[in-house]
Amino acid sequence: MATLIEAETPDVLGPAAPKRGAGGVGRYILVRFLLIFPTIFILVTLVFFLMRITGDPITAALGGRLPQDQLDARIHEAGYDRPILVQYFEYLGQIATGNFGTTLSDRRPVVEMLATFGTATLELAINSLVVALLIGIPLGMIAAHRRDRTPDAVLRFFAILCYATPVFFAGLLLKLTFSVALGWFPVSGRASTNTELAMSQLAAPSGIYWLDALRSGNYQALGDIAAHAVLPAVALGLLTAGVFLRLVRTNLIGTLGKDYVEAGRSRGVSEFRLVTKHAYKPALIPIITVMGLQIALMLGGAVLTETTFEWKGLGYQLAQYLTARDFVAVQGIVMLLAVIVAFTNFVVDILAAVIDPRVRY
Amino acid sequence: MSDTTTAALPPAPRKAPLLDRLPVASHIRQSVGLQRTMLLIGTALTGLFLLAALFAPLIAPFGFAQISDADGTFPAQAAPGGKHLWGTTVGGYDVLSRVLWGSQTAAIVIVVSVAMSLFVGVALGLLSGYFGGWLDRILVVIADAIYAFPSLLLAIVMSIVISRGQSSFWGGILACAFSITVVFVPQYFRVIRAETIRLKAEPFVESAMVVGASSWRIMGRHIFKNATRTLPLIFTLNASEAILTLAGLGFLGFGIEPTSASEWGFDLNKALADASSGIWWTGVFPGVAIVLTVLGLTLVGESMNDLNDPRLRGRRAAGNKRNTSKAGKA
Repeated sequence: MATLIEAETPDVLGPAAPKRGAGGVGRYILVRFLLIFPTIFILVTLVFFLMRITGDPITAALGGRLPQDQLDARIHEAGYDRPILVQYFEYLGQIATGNFGTTLSDRRPVVEMLATFGTATLELAINSLVVALLIGIPLGMIAAHRRDRTPDAVLRFFAILCYATPVFFAGLLLKLTFSVALGWFPVSGRASTNTELAMSQLAAPSGIYWLDALRSGNYQALGDIAAHAVLPAVALGLLTAGVFLRLVRTNLIGTLGKDYVEAGRSRGVSEFRLVTKHAYKPALIPIITVMGLQIALMLGGAVLTETTFEWKGLGYQLAQYLTARDFVAVQGIVMLLAVIVAFTNFVVDILAAVIDPRVRY
Repeated sequence: MSDTTTAALPPAPRKAPLLDRLPVASHIRQSVGLQRTMLLIGTALTGLFLLAALFAPLIAPFGFAQISDADGTFPAQAAPGGKHLWGTTVGGYDVLSRVLWGSQTAAIVIVVSVAMSLFVGVALGLLSGYFGGWLDRILVVIADAIYAFPSLLLAIVMSIVISRGQSSFWGGILACAFSITVVFVPQYFRVIRAETIRLKAEPFVESAMVVGASSWRIMGRHIFKNATRTLPLIFTLNASEAILTLAGLGFLGFGIEPTSASEWGFDLNKALADASSGIWWTGVFPGVAIVLTVLGLTLVGESMNDLNDPRLRGRRAAGNKRNTSKAGKA
């Protein structure tokens, strides 16, 4: 719920913001940039120690399946029997040089694993962001324009409903309706087997299927990919659409009350143009800020969406690795997510500062 | 809120009746029109949820892990109707019973997790805001880092650490509650810290310092009592998030085993496989339960939020609405 509350009062001047003291944009950007590192560092440290409290990764992954002496040998080989602090600093050193290790369950380099599944998650995130914007912005405009009337009440209720419905339940309902009952869309997956095969045979795949299909001119595959993409994108998109709707509504109500909008109205500017141009553009600043902050919500939602639709991305894979107790892989994924979140927050802060000088101190 | 101000006025030394000072009740009295409808719907849904949670053992036709009765084993995936009003699952569990029992699990997890995060978050927020300095800086950076991270992922990591595949009722509940606590502490921390810093500059705190009250007394009495006004609101909002996090954990398989407690998210996960063969009742009922509960709590929280904010509060027949809102702005 905090996400929704935050949505209305964007806390761009977070408690960690540098206080007082004059300084230009450059200084502000530098401070913000430097703040990325403690964030990542804290999360990596937290996850490392939390994971290790439960024991070493090898016992966790293979315990019970190998005799104790073989287990001990492998633990010793991997160096997990050394003091935890030694391992921690070694791990930090490895990360700093870009070495994230090899997954325990399927013996893949973590970096390669992240690249493969990360693109799938990126594709899902882009798709659902498009859905969220297409639904959230126009509906938010309608709600703001018809403030406190029936459309506004209905739309506000819809926004809360979007929030209240867990992604996986929305996914289940969509599946039941559109795949099982109506048969319009496939039940799960990113593409059918043929398409996946075609995609994997491309020379330099970007990993984002629709992009690859477009580039190779494979329009049959494109249709297949699109059909697979609809339901997951809608399920995850609806979650964020509610937030966008409220955001646009709140901020538009603010700008619609301004004098220049009234001036525009008296000059005979159409209501449609007033809402979509005059009032909307200045309202865009807080909207962009909060949109950036939604990335964390989306990443959390992606884990559930991907599991619901067997969309083989980072979230789906994270659940698999967690079940297999593959802590090396889990740490890699968490690390990547931490970096993404930290960087998005940085970009959002900078955007907010560049657009609105009052944000800087 | 207006009640407390009237109570403080000289001619009325007596406090307002208890009913009016209770968070939700006073809000209902204040509200009008659409806001009141939303608040009432929310209160009704929340009440329904609490009743189900409280009386689950009495109203549920069967136990949450019961797969047979005197007439023999329950059929698997039986359609709704007859003895099993909402049908049965693959494992032969009665869906209606599991949904009812699930409300109890959810209620316990909410209470435990929100109570724990309140305690830790408020304590840390007071300390951090009051003393400031390096402690404050460190706590703020840590809280911000945790806050920025996707809460569900954090809860997953925590639940692995805590439960390690534990399956007992309290083990599972505590694991979920702890995981949710870690996510929420930064939120309470932020709110209380900000309030503490604001209140520290108020004259009444200064005068307490001058009189020679100890730091602990100032924090515990003067600041704490004033800083916690917004807490009922955060409580309601967090309760709904706690349910979603619990369901998310259960859905991913990090929740509570089906034999030790009933959990909506877990049931939805199992229902996913049923969906492709057109069996809807195993998923729709627990799902609707989640939606209605979260909806109820959110409506209550939202309405309270709006009512606490005079700019958003609807006014009772205050003449031309547009004029009043414009006057407020100018």
